[in-house]
Amino acid sequence: MTLKKHISVSKQIFIPIAALVLLAVFNLLVDPAFFKISLGHNSAGDPVLTGYLMTILDYGSEVAILAIGMTLVTAASGGQDISVGAAVAIAGSVILRILVGIGGDGSLRAPIFVGFLAACVVSMLFGAFNGMLVAVFKIQPMVATLILYTAGRSIAAWINNNELPIVTDKSFTYFGGFIPGIPIPTPFFLAVVCIVAALLALKFTNLGLYTQAVGINASSSRLNGINPVFIKWLSFVLLGLCVAVVGLIKTSRLSSINYSVIAKDIEMDAILAVALGGNALSGGKFNIMASIMGAYVIQFLTTTLYKFNVSSDALPAYKAVVVILLVVISSPTVKDKLIGLQKRMKQQKGGGQS
Amino acid sequence: MKENSVLEMRHIYKCFPGVRALQGVDFTLGKGEIHALMGENGAGKSTLIKVLTGVYEKDEGEIYLDGLDKPAVIRSPQDAQRLGISTVYQEITLCPNLTVAENMYIGRGTGRLTNWKQMNTDADRILTNLGIPAKAQQQLSDCSIAIQQMVAIARAVDMDCKVLILDEPTSSLDESEVEKLFGLMRDLRARGVGIIFVTHFLDQVYEVCDKITVLRDGQLVGEYVIEELPRVKLVAKMLGKELDDMEEIKDETNVYHGDDAYVFEAKGLQSEAGIKPFDFYIKKGEVNGFTGLLGSGRSECVRAIFCADKVTGGTVQMNGKPVKLTKPLDAMKNGIAYLPEDRKLDGIVGDLSVRENIILAAQVLKGFFKPFSRAEANAFADEYIKLLEIKTASADTPIKSLSGGNQQKVILGRWLLTHPEYLILDEPTRGIDIGTKIEIQKLVLKLASEGMSVTFISSETDEMLRTCSRLVVMRDRRVVGELSGFDLTQGKVMETIAGGDAS
Repeated sequence: MTLKKHISVSKQIFIPIAALVLLAVFNLLVDPAFFKISLGHNSAGDPVLTGYLMTILDYGSEVAILAIGMTLVTAASGGQDISVGAAVAIAGSVILRILVGIGGDGSLRAPIFVGFLAACVVSMLFGAFNGMLVAVFKIQPMVATLILYTAGRSIAAWINNNELPIVTDKSFTYFGGFIPGIPIPTPFFLAVVCIVAALLALKFTNLGLYTQAVGINASSSRLNGINPVFIKWLSFVLLGLCVAVVGLIKTSRLSSINYSVIAKDIEMDAILAVALGGNALSGGKFNIMASIMGAYVIQFLTTTLYKFNVSSDALPAYKAVVVILLVVISSPTVKDKLIGLQKRMKQQKGGGQS
Repeated sequence: MKENSVLEMRHIYKCFPGVRALQGVDFTLGKGEIHALMGENGAGKSTLIKVLTGVYEKDEGEIYLDGLDKPAVIRSPQDAQRLGISTVYQEITLCPNLTVAENMYIGRGTGRLTNWKQMNTDADRILTNLGIPAKAQQQLSDCSIAIQQMVAIARAVDMDCKVLILDEPTSSLDESEVEKLFGLMRDLRARGVGIIFVTHFLDQVYEVCDKITVLRDGQLVGEYVIEELPRVKLVAKMLGKELDDMEEIKDETNVYHGDDAYVFEAKGLQSEAGIKPFDFYIKKGEVNGFTGLLGSGRSECVRAIFCADKVTGGTVQMNGKPVKLTKPLDAMKNGIAYLPEDRKLDGIVGDLSVRENIILAAQVLKGFFKPFSRAEANAFADEYIKLLEIKTASADTPIKSLSGGNQQKVILGRWLLTHPEYLILDEPTRGIDIGTKIEIQKLVLKLASEGMSVTFISSETDEMLRTCSRLVVMRDRRVVGELSGFDLTQGKVMETIAGGDAS
């Protein structure tokens, strides 16, 4: 039984792993220097590892964290939250407002974790708002989150009175950069913490079972005593928590914020990560680890394209081509065709023998 | 073709994977005749209608229409429409945001510009002709459901229809609206239109129809003139009375002997699903059932008990103590289990494994923060797979890839795992093979002999007679009788179901 379970899980995670291997092989053939990692020192004199792989680990972690929440939202509601980029802007803005404030001089007015906690609360409230529209009022998730997608960045700017607070305190840069003495980018550790927390939650609660049951058959779940409205709502709130973490990373990288650019289009990468992980975007069964793999694959792809000097304007087009290939290959239609082909080949074999 | 008939269907066969939906069915519709097509769910009524209207293509057989000297070819709904076959469905398929006239002429343009004035005048003329109280330029959504239904009919009639199919047109109408609709139907009959009327309401059949054709299990039972087929006989024909060779499974010595206190008692219970308030009780170790034709409200009653539909009134006592049940979880916590009628829609969680499907309800009862360990879940799954002899490759197999009977056993196992005091089974034997049917019935009796109270619903009356010691009879969403002891016979049940002038 365990063996069988193992196979079915690995089947789903096979898609992002295969994509990752493909990208790695491609880079290896074209320019093995892609995998070079060198130890250097940053401007503060702390040891840091640099190289394309580190970039992937660094920036892929943002998408990976969001992919956790997005996977839950997708599984429970059968739809996606397109407002996460805007929500990251709000979370970041809240952090800066608490830490520096309007007209502040850049020194910290409150401990960083207080700012982060405030961002968590605000992000979860916005998540709760989205969740309410989807779960209680049964609005299509994309339409429901379109509201915050449109308004979010304005709200973020409004929180800081349209100023751009700058944090001068050095410890704030650790979250999006490096902790002195540790040469691996901090976002990766934050991602690991989030992933471990998610896996623990899935192991020690029934979050996974309930979410999947609701996503597959809400009516039947209700008759088994589950509250589908609450589960859907909860998934959006949990996504809010992920958003707050990314908000911290994003603002820490800049020590400031740019309301219209911060985390722009990151929702698309997060949704793509879920899809690349082989999770049905129509909800139901999910595999968090596959989504996380998907997130790093996307960053791998982006970094590869950057390396080949694809301009950032043209990047989305290239990305789209690769994504189309990946998604089409893993689509049910192609799968059915492949299974059919396999059957026919077997039949022909059988026919030849008889 | 016979004299005077407008439609003849001969030896129609239609198969779906695993189901022989129609097996050599004949159907004849006369000019100016209202012809009821009767049968329980799955009898093949809707398949026959869909073959006639081109939604499905028949496998074999011929369809003849008046005025055509060779068999008609119907491959699409458009073909059917061209040949003068029109359908009005249960749900209104018109556009509520358009006017009455627009609805009557939509999709019929010949590509030329629409002459709005002409269209409105024509529409008004037709509406007056048919005595339909609606104006051409009125928005459709402003009309009552009955009028909308009539507009749909007017549209059909204007398209020169010879055959008009009314598929459950009355299910959302009140009595006076039904009367209006019948007036229109009689009018059309006088004009020579042949009408096929599909309904679950017996009263309506006897009020308006001339002939009845009964289908059962995809086969033609017979065609009857209405005067020659009293209600009781019709019900018997629909349910299929022939005694099958199932063994007598009710064993008098194996009945639960203990205190027969009321486990569950409800007074004046009613729900959003539109059943009339009803009283109900069940004793410890008792097997009882709700019977009645499809749509009579039998499922709605048990759904109200389990709070599957929103309960809007009434009081409930469990073991003599008043309890407040508002959602399924409340009912579960009070020891009530409910196997729903629609296995696919309300029962299985398709993509989840057999194991997860088995533990689901018990897990919910245990709590969100207390998941069963893998070992516990496996033990439960294996226990019930073995106990109920569920045929599955493994406990990890998704439930949707199991056969219907085995899916049903998984759901049954799910509820047995919660160790309920009161088990409700709504159509547990529908769509599963005969061997499993008997197994389930035996299990019900065994559980009852151990002290569990069971409510058992089945559309096969003989199953209920074999298992239940008391039957609550429903008709038109209200309880019309209760049978027990020597009254538990096919004849008596059908008489009570048919009601009225049973003869």
